[in-house]
Amino acid sequence: MLTSVLFYVFAFILVFSAISVVTAKNPVHAVLFLVLAFVTSSCLWLMLNVEFLALILIVVYVGAVMVLFLFVVMMLDIDVETMRKGFWKNLPLAIMLGIIVLVEMLVVLINKPMVINNIPDLANSSISNANQLGWVLYTQYSYPVELASLILLLGLVAAVALTLRKSEKNAKYQNISKQVAAKASERFEMLNMPSEREIIEEDPQEGDKK
Amino acid sequence: MIGMNHYLVLSAILFAVSVMGIFLNRKNIIVVLMSIELMLLAVNFNFITFSSFLHNLAGQIFVFFTLTVAAAESAIGLAILIVLFRNLRSINVQDMDKLKY
Repeated sequence: MLTSVLFYVFAFILVFSAISVVTAKNPVHAVLFLVLAFVTSSCLWLMLNVEFLALILIVVYVGAVMVLFLFVVMMLDIDVETMRKGFWKNLPLAIMLGIIVLVEMLVVLINKPMVINNIPDLANSSISNANQLGWVLYTQYSYPVELASLILLLGLVAAVALTLRKSEKNAKYQNISKQVAAKASERFEMLNMPSEREIIEEDPQEGDKK
Repeated sequence: MIGMNHYLVLSAILFAVSVMGIFLNRKNIIVVLMSIELMLLAVNFNFITFSSFLHNLAGQIFVFFTLTVAAAESAIGLAILIVLFRNLRSINVQDMDKLKY
């Protein structure tokens, strides 16, 4: 009973905040409603006993991605009025398309209801969700994890490379034409140097002391 | 009792709302990016639902990687947005037609 009430409350908040994201006049409000949507869906994921991903959603999405969005929205000087132009003109088309998409998906769900009779109770299992994920993530899926780290590195480098301005004083960037023009003979030069010899000075006083 | 279909219908509604969002805010590329994030959330919701009810961890692993890719994607998308704003002084989608001519 309590789970049903909680589900409907969270579902209502989630749908409300999603609609607010797409209809909000101010982009900052839209970002904040998106944060609300993510937090609410994280609560719903907790109800499905998916604790690890629910927390990851808050940490990664609300903590990093949404803050990035907020930074960008506040940094850019957006003319809200021109952005809203065509909103009411597009509204009937958008609602029609949304309803078509929704009805298509609902038809699939209603014609073939996916009901699993014995709902497994993961909460009673002795191993926590994070533990279960950890067991497979670093054994069975270790190669995808490394690929994911490569994608994150790519994102990091691409974001820096895109926003770096070449006119800045301390900016370091590649000069492609110089790199292409480089020859092997210019890179490496053999020098003929006479070998150094260590000069051993004999200090008679030092020897006496010892 | 809340079953699997409740969650699937909820994620379908979420997906439809974000499709609406792309059409409503065709000019504002930031809201379009946010709608894409909402769509990814709806898809992740489906994965999580099936994973939880079918007792299979593969769905959760997939959501893990989707979140990784989505984070990288939004970082690059926002970087592109900043470069565009520097060059065009606007984020209107209609102004981004330099490759047309």
